[in-house]
Amino acid sequence: MEFSELIRTGQAQAELLRGPEMPPLRGTLCVTGHHLLLSPGPQATPDLWLLLLRSVDSIEKRVAGDAGTITLRCKDLRVLQLDIEGVEATLDIARSIEALSSLESVITSFPFFYRPKGLRLGEAWHFHPPERYYKRIARETRAWRLSEANEDFSLCPSYPRAVIVPRAVDDDALARSARFRQGGRFPVLSYYHAPRGTVLLRSSQPLTGRQKLRCAEDEELLRAVLAEARPGARGFIVDTRSAQAAKQARMTGGGTEAKAAYPGWKRLHRPLERGRPLQESFVRLMEACGDPEQSMDRWLSRLDGCRWLSHVKEALSTACLAAQGMEWEGACILVHGAEGTDSTLLVTSLAQLILDPLSRTMAGFQELIEREWIQHEAPIFLLFLDCVWQLGRQFPLSLEFGEGMLLALFDHSYASPFGTFLCNSEKERCLCEVRTRTHSLWSGLNQPKEQRKLRNPLYVPNPLAIWPSVEPQSLRLWQGLFLRWTHPPEPSEVAWEKVWQIATDQKTEGSQPTDSASEPQP
Amino acid sequence: MEHIRTTKVEQVKLLDRFSTSNKSLTGTLYLTATHLLFIDSHQKETWILHHHIALVEKLALTTSGCPLVIQCKNFRTVHFIVPRERDCHDIYNSLLQLSKQAKYEDLYAFSYNPKQNDSERLRGWQLVDLAEEYKRMGVPNSNWQLSDANRDYKICETYPRELYVPRIASKPIIVGSSKFRSKGRFPVLSYYHQNKEAAICRCSQPLSGFSARCLEDEHLLQAISKANPANRYMYVMDTRPRHRMQSWWATQKDIGRIILNAMANRAAGKGYENEDNYSNIRFQFVGIENIHVMRSSLQKLLEVNGTKGLSVSDFYSGLENAGWLRHIKAVMDAAIFLAKAIMVENASVLVHCSDGWDRTSQVCSLGSLLLDPYYRTIRGFMVLIEKDWISFGHKYSERCGHLDGDPKEVSPVFTQFLECVWHLTEQFPQAFEFNEAFLLQIHEHIHSCQFGNFIGNCQKEREELKLKEKTYSLWPFLLDDQEKYVNPLYSSTSQKPAVLEPNTVAFHFKFWRNMYHQFDRTLHPRQSVFNIIMNMNEQNKQLQKDVKDLES
Repeated sequence: MEFSELIRTGQAQAELLRGPEMPPLRGTLCVTGHHLLLSPGPQATPDLWLLLLRSVDSIEKRVAGDAGTITLRCKDLRVLQLDIEGVEATLDIARSIEALSSLESVITSFPFFYRPKGLRLGEAWHFHPPERYYKRIARETRAWRLSEANEDFSLCPSYPRAVIVPRAVDDDALARSARFRQGGRFPVLSYYHAPRGTVLLRSSQPLTGRQKLRCAEDEELLRAVLAEARPGARGFIVDTRSAQAAKQARMTGGGTEAKAAYPGWKRLHRPLERGRPLQESFVRLMEACGDPEQSMDRWLSRLDGCRWLSHVKEALSTACLAAQGMEWEGACILVHGAEGTDSTLLVTSLAQLILDPLSRTMAGFQELIEREWIQHEAPIFLLFLDCVWQLGRQFPLSLEFGEGMLLALFDHSYASPFGTFLCNSEKERCLCEVRTRTHSLWSGLNQPKEQRKLRNPLYVPNPLAIWPSVEPQSLRLWQGLFLRWTHPPEPSEVAWEKVWQIATDQKTEGSQPTDSASEPQP
Repeated sequence: MEHIRTTKVEQVKLLDRFSTSNKSLTGTLYLTATHLLFIDSHQKETWILHHHIALVEKLALTTSGCPLVIQCKNFRTVHFIVPRERDCHDIYNSLLQLSKQAKYEDLYAFSYNPKQNDSERLRGWQLVDLAEEYKRMGVPNSNWQLSDANRDYKICETYPRELYVPRIASKPIIVGSSKFRSKGRFPVLSYYHQNKEAAICRCSQPLSGFSARCLEDEHLLQAISKANPANRYMYVMDTRPRHRMQSWWATQKDIGRIILNAMANRAAGKGYENEDNYSNIRFQFVGIENIHVMRSSLQKLLEVNGTKGLSVSDFYSGLENAGWLRHIKAVMDAAIFLAKAIMVENASVLVHCSDGWDRTSQVCSLGSLLLDPYYRTIRGFMVLIEKDWISFGHKYSERCGHLDGDPKEVSPVFTQFLECVWHLTEQFPQAFEFNEAFLLQIHEHIHSCQFGNFIGNCQKEREELKLKEKTYSLWPFLLDDQEKYVNPLYSSTSQKPAVLEPNTVAFHFKFWRNMYHQFDRTLHPRQSVFNIIMNMNEQNKQLQKDVKDLES
């Protein structure tokens, strides 16, 4: 397929409206295979404005007289309005954008064409696979092994080729357990909490169904987890659905672990919103954030009504619960909902940030995202970033990365020239050869020129767990994200620059190493 | 101390009001003449000044003892369990007495002794010199002069002795105007903008009823607008909500219809300027609610955020119902209107509310703060409080309930001012020399009665109490501790526009957790950015000094 077939008009004269404080930008609008460009022409400054077409979420067009207006709503929450000369030109450009922005094919996406100077293909990928994480664990315990049972993705298409499982369980048992779990997501290790010798596992729901089926291998797997941890160790299954919803899931073949079948494990239900309701919550919040005219009462009532901060609170509380189970009670934790791919990952990754100092370094955080997250383009990933931002606000010295990093992840998760967030599973990524044919986001972000934007100048490694307060008084709306395009907090950027200055003065004068954490430490 | 029956109770439990696991500390409770002190088993001390106590309650007896709940004006809430009911009862009764003094002379400031000699104390009082401040603004000058009309508090008891008025306003005009204004608070200068030659003036409402007028008052306003060579018209800002004034107006008219006209005229005697009678004025209502609305708003806010296990939804609907942030926004909007009138239109502005000591103080001081970077420094902020609040007769003792008095006079007007300033520091992190701790400390001391500054309701009363001889000023103590209150990000040079233009879109208003939960440590960020930046700054300075020493 050629992009040119989808481009009806390459160019038009247009004006970009840039909000009340900035004059509109006039120039020639060009549609290319992946981008929308506005070139102000040779006489003006070489100001070139650019948008990746994949980031367009929806497009509205209106024509009147001999001109038209296109409104683009972007996935990064920006809204752009373009006034275009000519009715034909407007309609053609709108159709071109519609066609190009809705292309499904992964291998025609921009990352497969993006070849920036100074970056080599295949860089930085070696950082992250489970093998690397396993090496870390193997130094602490012999109870776990790296299994390649999923080498050809036959057990689980959404798991990587290698997974970490109890040493006592062989690959055949894993295959049986996989068949007993939705989408083949059998319980695997997510995090080993060395200080207490406990583990965090994740999976999908067991397929008990109406008949209350059981699977001996699955039961054996979880028994082995407790046995390896410590004689008499206890476990908690954190189900991210309500007890009611988990019970109902039996009607459609799913279900939850029966108490009698899994001795030593206790089930806790902590319902977390996901999917459509979460999306709606997000949309309602964005609508509220887009209306500067509203009264204080209306704003507060919409902030309440959209429930976004309730979701933040619930997610953080559940992560705290899982982390407390490991740290305070020395228990093993298994987290799952239904598919085990959204709220499950939210809880496991947040629990790690709370407990594990390494995951709070720049490299460790990148590794965590690589390991835990398979879907990025969903409000659940945004909810994760928001929760991390709340952690960072409560522990401003304990995360090596700053708000800039979270914003960059948000932007790249929706549309990116890098391949890291392409595809929804390891299997797809392999099929598309993402690793060899696109650049990794991490190699892009880890370039020295990006660091000042992404790092937290105040970072001091903190070996302790960081327990956030989840009271509503302690949570705040993430203005840097939600109000980024409507009410950018500019003065605080200047202040951030000043913090950097003070901190870098400190480091150079105090002759401390400045490049300590670009490599993950063992 | 006749009020104290029990001075020491052992095995008292202190509950954490937000802990879900009902955590408590056990320790000993001591009652002194000035403080309630709790020392827990880790020897950590919790001091509660009697004057800070707003409410003390004895709850129903439980199996573990008798609960005693104390709510403080600095938003600390403590929940003790006293093992024996007798002890609890004694302490409760003592606190009831000790927290409500009948006489000024029994306030802490009169016994507080920081071990300074008389000259040190006097120097402390001289730290803020308002005559100097007016000189800094550029008055007296060819248009404004110091008036001696109130030198003996003859015209207005609640104003300071020194007042600045337009040079062309003669004494009879001032006297005439003062008779036409509630409590004699005639229009005087609050802030002079040297570049624009425009002024912020303040007064109380005119006693206009619905027909009365006063030529002297009209002359005085004209004199104010003439004192501004750049603009003929001036604004009169009535900081009260229009709807309230209109409904008040309507009832007056109804009464008028029913009763005889003459009686109604006498009965009335409140109001706002009739635009027909004043030339070149532009009238503006800005809609800040009265002290009673503010008091109940704060009450509602505290009820919401004091709830244990509060859900996000209850929190936000509670914030909305309390209306607190809406009021904060109204004050901020009024100050912005004021600053804009001066900056954009070059117009002078006269601000009033009813008596001109609550909302008027809020708007004048906040407006000046937006206009003049000096007030954003540590020293300048003290001057601003001395000028627009203390000297112009904000009734601290009544608003803060220093003495056992009318609870309807208590209102968090000054707290709102501090909160507006905090919102500004959030929007302009580099514009203020001081930090949040400074604001909290000032708030602590408007209620503590430890220093003389905030005792009494006006300057005349303070002089009668001989506060400068018998008590100490707060400001030198804050300056001594200056390093605690410095904003490390402050940059006096990088403020391109000296005037702050805050955004008052609803998004920008946030619940001030560090004020209303300053003692609820579990709700706080566990790490402080300010502390670490301060340390870094200190170390940087030290290193630079070392380098210099080595080079020389």
